Amino acid sequence: MSKKTLACLYGKAFCCVIATLAASQSAFAQDETGRPTPGGIGLPAMATPAGHETQAFYNDVLLPIITIIPIFVLGLLFYVMWRFNEKSNPVASKYSHNHKLEVIWTIIPCLILIGMAFPSMHLLTTQVVVPEPSVTIKVTGNQWYWKYEYPKEQGGGFAFEQRMKPDSDLQPGELRMLAVDNEAVVPVGEVVKVQITSSDVIHAFGVPSFAVRMDAIPGRLNETWFKIEKEGVYYGECYFICGKDHAYMPIAIRAVSRPEYEKWLAEAKEKFASGEGAGPTARVAANQ
Amino acid sequence: MDTLIATDAHGHHGTPTGLKRFLFSTNHKDIGTLYIWLGAIGGVIAFLLSLGMRLELAYPGVQVFPFLAHILHGADADSAFDAGKNLYNMFITVHGVLMIFFMAMPILIGGFGNWFVPIMVGAPDMAFPRLNNVSFWLLVTALVLAVFSMFVEGAPGMKGFAGGWTFYPPLSGNAGTPGPSMDFVILALHAAGASSILGAINLITTIFNMRAPGMGLMKMPLFVWSLLVTAFLLVLVLPVLAGCVTMLLTDRNFGTSFYDPAGGGDLLLFQHLLWFFGHPEVYIIILPAFGVISQVISTFSKKPVFGYHGMVYAMLAIAVIGSVVWAHHMYTVNLSLTAQRYFVLATMVVGVPTGIKVFSWIATMWGGSISFRTPMIWAIGFIFVFTMGGVTGIVLSNAGADRQFHEGYYVVAHFHYTLSLGAVFGIFAGFYYWWPKMTGYLYNERLGNLNFWLMFIGVNIVFFPQHFLGLAGQPRRYIDYPDAYALWNLVSSIGMIPLTLAMLAWAYVMIESLAKKRPAGDNPWGEGATTLEWTLTSPPPFHQFLTPPAVPVIE
Repeated sequence: MSKKTLACLYGKAFCCVIATLAASQSAFAQDETGRPTPGGIGLPAMATPAGHETQAFYNDVLLPIITIIPIFVLGLLFYVMWRFNEKSNPVASKYSHNHKLEVIWTIIPCLILIGMAFPSMHLLTTQVVVPEPSVTIKVTGNQWYWKYEYPKEQGGGFAFEQRMKPDSDLQPGELRMLAVDNEAVVPVGEVVKVQITSSDVIHAFGVPSFAVRMDAIPGRLNETWFKIEKEGVYYGECYFICGKDHAYMPIAIRAVSRPEYEKWLAEAKEKFASGEGAGPTARVAANQ
Repeated sequence: MDTLIATDAHGHHGTPTGLKRFLFSTNHKDIGTLYIWLGAIGGVIAFLLSLGMRLELAYPGVQVFPFLAHILHGADADSAFDAGKNLYNMFITVHGVLMIFFMAMPILIGGFGNWFVPIMVGAPDMAFPRLNNVSFWLLVTALVLAVFSMFVEGAPGMKGFAGGWTFYPPLSGNAGTPGPSMDFVILALHAAGASSILGAINLITTIFNMRAPGMGLMKMPLFVWSLLVTAFLLVLVLPVLAGCVTMLLTDRNFGTSFYDPAGGGDLLLFQHLLWFFGHPEVYIIILPAFGVISQVISTFSKKPVFGYHGMVYAMLAIAVIGSVVWAHHMYTVNLSLTAQRYFVLATMVVGVPTGIKVFSWIATMWGGSISFRTPMIWAIGFIFVFTMGGVTGIVLSNAGADRQFHEGYYVVAHFHYTLSLGAVFGIFAGFYYWWPKMTGYLYNERLGNLNFWLMFIGVNIVFFPQHFLGLAGQPRRYIDYPDAYALWNLVSSIGMIPLTLAMLAWAYVMIESLAKKRPAGDNPWGEGATTLEWTLTSPPPFHQFLTPPAVPVIE
């Protein structure tokens, strides 16, 4: 292939990449929070402080680095193939050492990683250290639904099960595989701590709009937190393989104003304490 | 340098033939061929499983698997949907197990390792030829057990184990999978583990003790180094896997509760043990591929590999650091902040020696006289796609980011880029590089290139969109997905078309080469091929180097 053709190819490839990156910027600005955007290519719109920080870390720190490095390597490969192919360079040189170069290509990646480590550690702390919560909820994973317990001391004293709505029960506008029968309601703008465990096998509680993902492990109580900024319903899914209906145990969390929340608490206490809406008996695996 | 062909000194018995030759073989080349056959079969089965999966995932809704469950297990109309969902989870499980233990490892370590480590160090065979035979047949046993597990009961009323290749309890314990299927999987892992441990002992002993005079450790081909480091990793971590699965076996069958909280056990113990094995395992897969790439790049650039010492130290660093980063697979189990911090920082470090290798390969090509034969285009493709897999690995090393990606499609994209694109491209590079040597026949260049391009296009269409799905939140190991994920799932599934064509092209390359019988000669690659296998006939004699060869001067 002639030098000109190869250079042309390289230029075209480069332009393609830039164009894609530019076009994808619009996809980063998600229109709907709490549900996946059809055909989306980026992180969902975030609704919590941890979510925003996670999104910023990925989009502003990680993504530029991981885009530039493969393009750089591809560029070097194109150059080397163009400049040093058999026809252009019939006699190979024999050098195989360059101490200075080896030092440089060790130090520079180290510097990039060190630079990355600072925002990484900060984000980790934000996610892991739970601030003083105003609401604490216990979530239990089961095959194949979630159970939520609201403590009596916080106006609760009830538990309910959250199951996927079968296709036949879906109302217009409701999302297949995400809509549930009983949404978990929390107050907007307040720190909610979730304590997560499981009654049978390992599940995982994950809500993409919160950047929350925590394993539900029997015999272990895990905890994480979120503070939802905007009212609305936020969907999540089970993120650990747990049997045949692993794909069929979604999560739905609705954030409402404080007064609304109190109202819901009172209603829920009535509804779930009476046993109605608590759901059919959990179908446990055979040996228990 | 002089061709040095040892005469076949089978004075007391002829070269064995037929079934006896392969059943009872103690010849490293024949055993290598057996391993490659096993790997090819395991790989084709695993590929067909993935074809089934991507067919299901092409459109929202469940269309394929209930029907498959009906055909394979005779599930009736009522139970077909449930059986189909279980079957899908079983497919993903078996796909992982086959690709890792019955495709990548056999081909790279058992296949290319057995064939070329003895030759490259100037030895007549491996240190323990009969042990070599045991290793192979243990792996066949493992494969039989693994396949058998698919047809006996797992979860109540279901066939096969369906909990992912990482088989965490309680799903893999009696609670989740009371049937014997899981026990067969455990026994398969015991057999495969034993096979690899014995093979690793064989490799280490051969490399340390049987090198030709003048071949110091720092003069060995990098492929041999890669197998040496891999062998040490195998010996270190497979016993840990063995302990891990044995405790699961006793929990399931002998009333222990290592992993049962109700009995005082801990589910995290399993995860730590599994990943202490599991993370080095991925380096066990990729390091031999790195070795192949080094040989191929050097041969077709007609230049020695740049920075030989740096390459050796990089492999050692990858192995050592790779052994102390396992819990980056466990970022969401609620480890302490301190623990997560450590594993983030340690995991990030692995990127440095890997980068050194990538730059060294490019520097090898720099100033060279590059010929774009089929093995070389596979190797150049490897450098690019493995870099892509590597950078998403850097993303995932950050626990803060992994929080958003754990058990989602971003992870699936990452490891398929490093494996399906990385390790597999390395396997194909080695396959085309050594096919003439092993068979004595040349392959057709244009067909080989066709194989490459179909594969390159196919795997990129399949796996690149999976980054988008992971970013958008799609969980992995799901038979179906919310409708918003439909577009990129369809694109990903469409990529299976060129990928399947690539597999057919590959099959045709082999058939055509064996039919046309174009003689390869000792060295079809020219001055750049400086390792000892190119001094032998193609195929080499049944026994070579009965007297040690003169060591080629590489640097």
